[in-house]
Amino acid sequence: MLGFIAGRVGKGIVVLLAIVVLNFFLIRLAPGDPALVMAGEAGAGDEVFVAQLREKFGLDQPLPNQLALYVRNIAVLDLGYSVRQQMPVATLIADRLPATLLLTGSAFLISLALGVTLGALAARRAGRPADTAITGLALLFYATPLFWVSLMAIIVFSVRLEWLPSFGFETVGAGHAGLARAADIAHHLILPAMTLGLFFMAVYVRMTRASMLEVAGQDFVKTARAKGLGDRVIQRRHVLRNALLPVVTLAGLQAGTLVGGAILTETVFAWPGIGRLMYEALLQRDYNLLLGVFVVSSAMVLVFNLVTDVLYRVVDPRIEAAR
Amino acid sequence: MDARAPRQTVVSVRDLRLALPAGGDRAHAVDGVSFDLVAGEILCLVGESGSGKSMCAHALMGLLPKAVTPSGGEIRLDGADLLAQDEAGWRDTRGRRVAMVFQEPMTALNPLMRIGDQMAEMFEAHGLLTPRERRARAVALAGEVGLPEPERIVRSYPHQLSGGQRQRAMIAMALALEPAVLVADEPTTALDVTTQAQILDLIRGLQRRRNMAVLFITHDFGVVADIADRVLVLRHGRVVEEGPAEAVLGRPREDYTRTLLAAVPSMDPPRREPRTGAKAVEVAGLCKTYSTGGGLWRKPRRVEAARDVAFAIHQGETVGLVGESGSGKSSVARLVMRLIEPDRGAVLLGDDDLTRLSGEALRRARSRIQMVFQDPFASLNPRRRVGQIIADGPVAHGVPRAEAEARARELLGLVGLDPSAMDRFPHEFSGGQRQRVGIARALALEPKILVADEAVSALDVSVQAQVLALLEDLKQRLGLSMLFITHDLRVAAQICDRIAVMRRGEIVELKPAGALFASPEHPYTRSLLDAVPGRTRAAA
Amino acid sequence: MIGLVILLAVVAAAILAPILYPTSPWRMVQRPFMPPFTLDRFPLGTDALGRDIAAGLMHGAGVSLLVGLVSTLAALVIGVPLGALAGYFGGRVDDALMRFTELFQTVPSFALAIVLVAILQPSLSSLILAIALVSWPPVTRLVRGEVLSLRSREYVQAAVVTGQTTFTILRREILPNTLSPIVVLASLMVATAILLESSLSFLGLGDPNRMSWGFMVGAGRTAIRQAWWISTFPGVVILLTVLALNLIGEGLNDALNPRLSRGDR
Repeated sequence: MLGFIAGRVGKGIVVLLAIVVLNFFLIRLAPGDPALVMAGEAGAGDEVFVAQLREKFGLDQPLPNQLALYVRNIAVLDLGYSVRQQMPVATLIADRLPATLLLTGSAFLISLALGVTLGALAARRAGRPADTAITGLALLFYATPLFWVSLMAIIVFSVRLEWLPSFGFETVGAGHAGLARAADIAHHLILPAMTLGLFFMAVYVRMTRASMLEVAGQDFVKTARAKGLGDRVIQRRHVLRNALLPVVTLAGLQAGTLVGGAILTETVFAWPGIGRLMYEALLQRDYNLLLGVFVVSSAMVLVFNLVTDVLYRVVDPRIEAAR
Repeated sequence: MDARAPRQTVVSVRDLRLALPAGGDRAHAVDGVSFDLVAGEILCLVGESGSGKSMCAHALMGLLPKAVTPSGGEIRLDGADLLAQDEAGWRDTRGRRVAMVFQEPMTALNPLMRIGDQMAEMFEAHGLLTPRERRARAVALAGEVGLPEPERIVRSYPHQLSGGQRQRAMIAMALALEPAVLVADEPTTALDVTTQAQILDLIRGLQRRRNMAVLFITHDFGVVADIADRVLVLRHGRVVEEGPAEAVLGRPREDYTRTLLAAVPSMDPPRREPRTGAKAVEVAGLCKTYSTGGGLWRKPRRVEAARDVAFAIHQGETVGLVGESGSGKSSVARLVMRLIEPDRGAVLLGDDDLTRLSGEALRRARSRIQMVFQDPFASLNPRRRVGQIIADGPVAHGVPRAEAEARARELLGLVGLDPSAMDRFPHEFSGGQRQRVGIARALALEPKILVADEAVSALDVSVQAQVLALLEDLKQRLGLSMLFITHDLRVAAQICDRIAVMRRGEIVELKPAGALFASPEHPYTRSLLDAVPGRTRAAA
Repeated sequence: MIGLVILLAVVAAAILAPILYPTSPWRMVQRPFMPPFTLDRFPLGTDALGRDIAAGLMHGAGVSLLVGLVSTLAALVIGVPLGALAGYFGGRVDDALMRFTELFQTVPSFALAIVLVAILQPSLSSLILAIALVSWPPVTRLVRGEVLSLRSREYVQAAVVTGQTTFTILRREILPNTLSPIVVLASLMVATAILLESSLSFLGLGDPNRMSWGFMVGAGRTAIRQAWWISTFPGVVILLTVLALNLIGEGLNDALNPRLSRGDR
């Protein structure tokens, strides 16, 4: 198991390296002098700073050397400096990362729990009204634009019903601490996490339902029936457990979409995470910050993939015990 | 059977009718079938595919597919009609009174549950024993069905067991609640011949010890001869003939039964003159090792599919390659065809070494050696017409399309199909007919050598006999040489001049067919021959 | 069926837009913030700059469909050959191509699309390019998987044995049998592409010269408390279009892969 994790981490580092290289070339694709791009266009007036950058990144040197320098900088977590925000990119991102982790994490858990429950329910009632209702709802959420449903949720739950706050991480200036603060944050979290989770819930509903129907047709389910087991036990112990394996795989593959979705959700709800940071960088054409967020969000996906891979091996004895 | 005990009927099936959904090619899967299951007796239900034998088995368990419904008759067990009971009644019957063993041990066990837990479920389903006692019983049962190290086996997952062990585990499960009736649906079909012999022994022994009634479904008359007390022959859902095993096998009353029995190849190879002509193909020192699952930190698993395999086929000769699954016989066929690359070795066609050619030269040399595949359903492209399938080869070698199609029409006649088949798609044909198309395709390039990889294994016994006769006839007429790969020693005995026995990538014995069956030298060959079902009774 | 009807309506809107609303959808035609259903001439009201929302929706249809279709086609052009090569040749080729695909699948696709459009400057072609570049990996994986399983199918081996060329085998024996899953995937990809396009436009990365649904939702966002309709209507239209494409995809799946639509169990 440790060997497996080490192998996966090694592979992840290679992928991350490839992403960093991709990033390097993207900077060069941006309009204008790379040094100016890194400085941010407004900072262009500061000749001394641009010259410093040019030297730091060896922009007068041949391309391979530049690449090596760039990779070395990122390896020590130096993502450059955001002139617009007057702060190192790494610091900016580190400040915002916890909020994004909280949002994506809770959206993931909510969507997985609801999705699997509803999907299993639909599969058990396949062809009956409950199934039609659940699959219809899933189809609808699957097609709903994330940014729009967030706005609609604000209109309904914040503006009309006034149940939930429409933006922010916590009540500014309320001075909450400890549990009270946690409750306040949770209160703010409900709308963003739910709207972000809706799409993924739809994905898991569809996958769980399809997978359960597939498994229900397999031989070992017939064996279970031949034992005289009741339907409930068969569904839970034999069908659902096997049906969850492809759902776990899918959950891993969805990580990238989840992080991407967070950009929209955070933008709409003014949630102070890296998605919102990306939007701000976009508005200000702060390319250096933009690419920094991009690299970090890719790394997040890699970590998430690693976790689902390990989870899969825990669930499925066939891989672990092989030898 | 104990002659002193009176025959005690456990289950009596009367006039059973199972309706198929409307719009099929027949209205009933099973139509008016009656039989009794007697304690201490094995009743074999034999028939070809589509005879309804498996449906009878599932009806006894109340596990029919949703589309099939009982529409008449009754199944009496302890005086009550099983077909009249509700789902709760069925749940109580299943496992406790009637238990079942399925065909595919690989898929019949839940891959995520330990063997012991799956056995314990049997007691749990009927609310018997405490969890602790269930575990102890599981271990005892595993021991009773001859699983090695029962303590360890019950903690294993299915993928850690071999096919035979899994089938033993299935049998242990079925026996757990000491049911009066055991239903076994082709329980040995998916197993190798030596494993099959062991499982048959096991079922026979347990059935005697526990005085169970057994309904045994099979398509294999060899198995019937080994295990049956009584036999019932089914065809198209109706009973053809029923009686004691000796009577049905020895003095069949019906033509259909006689045809089926006659189609079973005999274990006595016909006398054949040894072929001494030029070598059509010579295989030398062929090696192939597969390694899978290797990683940065793990050692890859190595499987030797071929180890120094060498043989020659003379002109007009048929050499058989027999062995159990995993023996490497199919790999050798594909190595000879160069569908997979050998690690070492040579395949000599005259002066050309097929393993050294590449590109255009390889493409041209291929026409001299052609292949007939195993699966009549997977070996034809579903989207191309039969005529195109046959003509594609010659066209690729530069024959004009019109000429190639004219030739394809002739070939269809040669393999016994109507020329109108040209414009039809593969799915419109039966398995046997498709196999004929496959043979026509192989012949289209006018090869010198035919490689047949389990070419008759997927066919019913009567169709198998026809296709074998066709191959034999074509070989004579066209002067072909043949490499015939099969797991079935009976088939090999009938068609091969010489036979090579393979085990773990190695040829352990290579002899003329007559000599191999009369005086096998290698212990493995002997164990293979001993395991062939129906050997004892057929010889008697 | 419903899917087809909705999709046809969207196509009709795209075609009829220049006829019914010949003037630019960017023009101010009425007072700003006019609620819907007040004037027959402007049934869906106006936005913060007095632009006709109905006209915007009609003109936006063309952009959505165009981006959805062209980017999906481009993704297929990248994805199908890569998948076919990886699946057919296996070994090193497969390893290299799959590593490459994995890289693109790991990267959060929406984030990459944002970066690409931002760097290339927003325009119709950069939108299409960015969406195509982030959506080809599933195609490659699907085609590779199909080809991999077909390659070991006996009829493909028979084609090899009868001396047909690799190109003929791919074209005649393999690709036609992968067609139906590709068609199904493509219809779902058009839907995803339309969602992506609207999301990018929502963030202000749309083509500044074209009216698009995502842009309209984004433009109404700041006034969401006073004028709900500005953001609501375009969103509904996106939802319906994407839903329609998904329904069509499912319909195609049931029609082309009958074994998956279960009747007996």
